[in-house]
Amino acid sequence: MTYQLDFGWLIGSLPVLLKGIRITVQLILIGAVFGVALGISCAWVRALGPKWLKPVVATYVELIRNTPFLIQLFFIFFGLPSLGIRMSELTAANLAMIVNLGAYSCEIIRAGIQATPRGQFEAGASLAMTPLQTFWHVVLVPALQRIWPALSSQIVIVMLGSAVVSQIAAEDLTFAANFIQSRNFRAFETYIVSTLIYLVLASLLRQLLASLGWMLFPRKASR
Amino acid sequence: MTEFSFWDILRNLLLAARWTVVLSLVSFIGGGIVGAALLFLRIGGRRWPRLLSRGYIQLFQGTPLLMQLFLAFFGLGLFGIDVPAWLAACVALILWTAAFLAEIWRGCVESIAKGQWEASASLGMGYLQQMRYVILPQALKVAVPPTVGFSVQVVKGTALTSIIGFVELSKAGSIVTNATFQPFTVYGLVALIYFALCWPLSKSSQLLERKLNVAHRNH
Repeated sequence: MTYQLDFGWLIGSLPVLLKGIRITVQLILIGAVFGVALGISCAWVRALGPKWLKPVVATYVELIRNTPFLIQLFFIFFGLPSLGIRMSELTAANLAMIVNLGAYSCEIIRAGIQATPRGQFEAGASLAMTPLQTFWHVVLVPALQRIWPALSSQIVIVMLGSAVVSQIAAEDLTFAANFIQSRNFRAFETYIVSTLIYLVLASLLRQLLASLGWMLFPRKASR
Repeated sequence: MTEFSFWDILRNLLLAARWTVVLSLVSFIGGGIVGAALLFLRIGGRRWPRLLSRGYIQLFQGTPLLMQLFLAFFGLGLFGIDVPAWLAACVALILWTAAFLAEIWRGCVESIAKGQWEASASLGMGYLQQMRYVILPQALKVAVPPTVGFSVQVVKGTALTSIIGFVELSKAGSIVTNATFQPFTVYGLVALIYFALCWPLSKSSQLLERKLNVAHRNH
């Protein structure tokens, strides 16, 4: 092998990389907050929601979980404009991530809710809590605590999956890498560097979610 | 300009879907073999192979599949060979699948109670015999539902190979869109074909899980 690895381009390309990192971080933060919120709403529908809404949510969850993220992204960005719904690349990327995470987190949270003993609902009702109050305080919070590790890994998976949004020209880290390697013709080195950045981002995100878990659920699980 | 009927679109997509199926099968089988090797390194007694296998798994689970595809595509090229997209796609997907399967299976082997190891050791069985007659038959039963469940991720993972230029279902979707200017129909159909491939797998994973009555696992 006569090829010499060369990382001399790194310093000049730093601003582009940093911008890419910023966009990727921004995408996953927004995606995680709204995605989990969507997941909680869907889990509520499937546990206690109106009957007519349940099949709708079930269909949504199955459709998203059984199609690739790339196709969901293309459908939102290229397909929806023919219905008159247009949006920028970043909005489309964010929307796709939210919709995707929403479906997965719905399933995860639902599993946590199903592990709640029936008596807890009744206990909540006997304390004169409204169904919504019972859901929030008695069911949801312990359920979230139970499934927090699974939810965290799903968020990390969505973050790694977000590399794909470069394909609709959302300027994330992968987009930055593609841009840089088209300038310096050092494809392998560029992708090695961006892969390592993803690795660091993923482990930082894991740490962040773990600390968030300790903050949100300071008490030990009741069971 | 040629007009494309709905049937033309569907036919072309279905033809391309064959490659999605082939690539999924190759990745899954290849990944299974490499994954099994990783598993034995991971749960074996020696320290360095264990750490190596763990590092491998963390590396592949902590980086985007897309980056792995790019690295396979451009990295193999460094050796002076002209890398066709299908080769890079197979290599990256096999290595990626292996990391996840090894980790799933490790969970299954470790779920076997410690007493089983001790009981079989007390019968004078060696490591290989313990594995062959006691641990693996039980672990296999636990492993079936999550493994089938993960095959869905493999099928969905193959969509990314379109980005390095392998013509499978997703790439065909882009090509057909460029020819017909009907992204809504085309990507809708592409999504439905993927759904038709993945949903039976997801469902059978759920059914197997219920049937074999093992603890719930998210994947």
